[in-house]
Amino acid sequence: MSTQTLTINGRDLSFEPGETILAVARRHHIDIPTLCHLKGATPTGACRICVVEVSGAQNLITACNTPAAAGLVVQTESAAVVAARKQIIQLMLGSGNHNCAVRGSDHQEWTSFQVKVQGEDGSSQLCPVWGDCRLQDLAYRYQVSAERFDAGPARYAMETVNPFIVRDFSRCIQCGRCVQACNEVQVNNAIQFGYKGPEAKIITPGDRPLKDSDCVFCGECVQACPVGALVEKDVRYAVRPWETQKTRTTCSYCGVGCQLYLHVRDNKVVKVTGAEVAPNHGSLCVKGRFGYHFINSPERLTDPLIKENGTFRKASWDEALDLVAGKFKQIRDTHGGDSMGVLVSARMTNEENYVAQKFTRAVLKTNNIDHCARL
Amino acid sequence: MTNTIADIEQADVILVTGSNTTENHPVLSTVIKRAVKFRGAKLIVVDPRRIKLTEFAHLWLRPNLGTDVAWINGLMHVILKEKLNKADFIANRTEGFDALSKMLEKYTPDFVEGITGIPAENLEAAAKMFAGAKAGSILYCMGITQHISGTDNVKSLANLAMITGHLGAPGTGVNPLRGQNNVQGACDMGGLPNVYTAYQPVADLAMARKMEEAWGVTGLSTQPGLTVTKMLPKAHAGELKALYIIGENPMLSDADLNHVEKSLKHLDFLVVQDIFLTETAQMADVVLPSACFAEKDGTFSNTERRVQRVRQAVTAPGQAKEDWWITAQIASRMGYPMQYADSRAIFEEIARVTPSYAGISYRRIEDEGLHWPCPTEEHPGTPILHTQQFTRGKGLFHAIEWIPPAEQVDEEYPLYLTTGRLLYQYHTGTMTMKSEDLNERAPESFVEISGKDAAKYNLQDGDQVTIASRRGEIRVRVRIQDKAVEGTVFIPFHFAQGAANQLTNGALDPVSGIPEFKVCAVKIGKAA
Repeated sequence: MSTQTLTINGRDLSFEPGETILAVARRHHIDIPTLCHLKGATPTGACRICVVEVSGAQNLITACNTPAAAGLVVQTESAAVVAARKQIIQLMLGSGNHNCAVRGSDHQEWTSFQVKVQGEDGSSQLCPVWGDCRLQDLAYRYQVSAERFDAGPARYAMETVNPFIVRDFSRCIQCGRCVQACNEVQVNNAIQFGYKGPEAKIITPGDRPLKDSDCVFCGECVQACPVGALVEKDVRYAVRPWETQKTRTTCSYCGVGCQLYLHVRDNKVVKVTGAEVAPNHGSLCVKGRFGYHFINSPERLTDPLIKENGTFRKASWDEALDLVAGKFKQIRDTHGGDSMGVLVSARMTNEENYVAQKFTRAVLKTNNIDHCARL
Repeated sequence: MTNTIADIEQADVILVTGSNTTENHPVLSTVIKRAVKFRGAKLIVVDPRRIKLTEFAHLWLRPNLGTDVAWINGLMHVILKEKLNKADFIANRTEGFDALSKMLEKYTPDFVEGITGIPAENLEAAAKMFAGAKAGSILYCMGITQHISGTDNVKSLANLAMITGHLGAPGTGVNPLRGQNNVQGACDMGGLPNVYTAYQPVADLAMARKMEEAWGVTGLSTQPGLTVTKMLPKAHAGELKALYIIGENPMLSDADLNHVEKSLKHLDFLVVQDIFLTETAQMADVVLPSACFAEKDGTFSNTERRVQRVRQAVTAPGQAKEDWWITAQIASRMGYPMQYADSRAIFEEIARVTPSYAGISYRRIEDEGLHWPCPTEEHPGTPILHTQQFTRGKGLFHAIEWIPPAEQVDEEYPLYLTTGRLLYQYHTGTMTMKSEDLNERAPESFVEISGKDAAKYNLQDGDQVTIASRRGEIRVRVRIQDKAVEGTVFIPFHFAQGAANQLTNGALDPVSGIPEFKVCAVKIGKAA
C-alpha cells in the first residue's frame, strides 16, 4: 500500500499513484456525483458535475480527471460545490426537453412547455425515463427547480427509423457517454460529436441515421445514456423501471457467456441490460440485448405432442412420457442400446447435459451421444 | 480457450483466423479492438473474407479456402529460417520438434504462395510480427475447424504457438471461440460419444467401473459411440432405430440437408425435445416441450471455461418443463429411478464425478464464475492452462502436411462457397427470428459476391439467382459486398428458405467428424 495520503471531507485517505480524486473517494464510499464519467473510458471532466473544492485552489476542480496528490485537502459538498452543481443542473435542465416534475412549477409557462414537449415526442406522458434518469436524480438531490424554460422548438427531430433505438436529441445533454461507449468500449466508431455551439449534436459520419451507419445496435450507448436521449424502442413508454424485477443470468447466444439482467414484468421479459461483471463488464451485443422476444413467443411449444396419421395432437405428460419410455425400452431390448442415439444441445445447462448423458449411458446402454459442437 | 477473454488485452500481437469475431462474438471482439486501438497491440487477420476486423488489422492475409495448414506451415518455415523460434521453450516443454522442422523445409514463402495465394512478403511479415511478440495470442473459430483437415488445422496452430513459446502465459494461448452458449459445457459434461464428464474416456474400464458405482448400474459400454455425423448415415442404413434429439435442429444445421431428411425419415422412432416446433421437430413421432434459459436454474460454461450461473426469471409457458426433468422422467419410467430435487442437486453430483468441476459449487459462483479445472473447494480456478506443463506432460509437435479440400472448383462449378453466421441472426434462427427487429436487419438468405464476380456473371445487386452444388440448388438474392473476394461467395446458413446447407459438402474430418462447411464448389446463374 502507498503511504501517500490526501484529506477528503476531513478524513485522511491513502491513494495509489495515478488514482484520481474520484477513484479515491469512491474506494472509501464517499459519494461524488458524476454524469459524463464512464467506467473504462478516458475521463473528460466535460459535465463538471463532479467538481470539488480543494484548499488553496482558485477554482473548483473536476474530481474525475484530477489525480490525487499528497496533502490535498478536498471538500466534496461545500457550499461553493453545491452552488456550482445547482447551476450546472439548472443549465442542463434548461437545455432541452427535460419535462420531469422536479422543474416544479404551476406557471402557465410550464404547462405550455409540457404541451410542446408532448407534441414533439409524440407522447401524452412525461419524459420516457422519468424515475430512471441521472439528471433527474441530481435535480432531486440538489433540489433544483429550474424556472427558465427553453420554449423554442426542438432543433433536431427524433430518430425512430431503426428497429432498436430511439434517439431523442431534445433530451441530450451532450455528456458524451454514448460517444465514449461506442468509441472506447465497443470500438464500433459509429458516433461522434458533430456541429458546434448551440447546433451541437451527436452524429454518425455524414449525420446519417444509425441504420445507414456503422452502428451495429449493440446498445452500449443506450445503457450509457444518463438521460432520456437514447431509449430502447420497445421499452419507451412501455416499461417503468419500478414495475420490473431484475434477474441476473447468463446470455444464451454465443459462447462468450455475457452476464445480463432480464427485466421482468408480469412474468414476461421486457428488457435486457448488461451486468457490470466479467466477462462482459456491462457490454452486450444486439442479440443479447434485443433478441429476447423468442422467450415469450406465441409459437413456443406448450404441450407434449404425439403424431397420429401424420398430424400432431396434444397429449398429457403422463401419456407422452409413457409412450416414449415404452418405445425406448422396446427398441433397446429388441435391437440393443447401440441401435439408439441421443443428440444433446449447447443450449441446455450443464445439469441437463449431464442428466442426458447419464440417461444415454446408464439407461439406454449406449455411448451414441453427441451434440452440435461440430456444426 | 487456454487463456481468458480479458487476457487477450494483454497480448501485443493477436492472430485471428477463421473467426468473423465482430459478428459472431461481438463482445469478445471489443477486447481485440481495444487492444489494437488503445494498447498498441498488433493484429494479424487471416481470413478469406474482408471481414470487419480487417479494418483494424495491421496485416490481412487472404488465403484460398482450405489452405490453412499451408500458411501456418509457411509462417513456421519463416520463423525457423529467421531463427525467431523460442529455443528454450521448445527444448524444455516440447517434443517432436526435429520431425516438424524437417517437414517444414519445403514450405517456403513461394511454395506457400502457390497454394494459398498469400503473397510471400506478407507471409514473411506476419511470421516476423507474430514471432517477435512478447505475448502472442491466437484466436480461431469454425473457419479453422469446419474442414476435412480441421483437426490438422488446429494442431498446426498449436505447433505455431509452441514454436514461438506463446503458451501458458498471460496474453498468449491457442484460443478457440465457442459459437454456442454452452458448447463448452456440453463437452465438459460428456455430451460426446467417447468420454464421460471432464473427458474421462468411456473406453477406460476403470472409468466405467467408477461411473457404474456412482450411478448404481452395471454394464456401461466401453465401446465409444457414434458422432452425429455418423449417426445419420446409420439411420439411413436402418441400423439406428431411434433418436432422441434435445434442443437441436439438424434439419437446418447439418451439411447436405437432403440426406439428413432422408435419414431421419428412416428412423422407427424420433423424439424431439425443444422450445419450438423446429424443422426437425416436425418430423418427430413425439415432441416434448421444454423450458428456455430464462425459465430455469443451472449453469453454463463459457468459451473461457468459466462456469456461470443461469437463473430462472420467468415461468415456462403451458406445460413446458426443464430438460433435465423430462429426461429424468423418461429414465424413471424405463425402470431407472432418477430423482433430483433441483438443478443444484444435479450439480453436486456432477462435482462428485467430475475432477475438473470438483471444487465448484453454486455458492462459490454466486457472483462471478470460476474457470475449470477447479479440483478442490479451496482452488481458485485456472484462468490460464499449461503454465507449467501440458496435459500429457511435454507438448507434442505434429508434422502435418497440407491436403487440399475435398471439393475443388472446376469448369462446371467454378466458384468456391463458404458459409457462416450474421450479426443479427443466430444458428438456425429458431430464437432470433422471433424478434421482428432482428429480422428487419437480416430478413432473408443471400449470396455475398464481389463486384468483379458480379460483373463477370452479369449480376446486379438484388438480383435473384440460383446457386447449385453437386448436392442441391437454392434461390437467393445477390448482395455485392466489399467483404467478398473474387472467386469466393458466402451464404449465411441461418435461413430455411435458401438454406446454405442444401449446398454444403458432408465430407468429414476423419478425427473430429466435423463436415467441411467452409469449402465447396458451386455455380451461379440468374433465376429464371
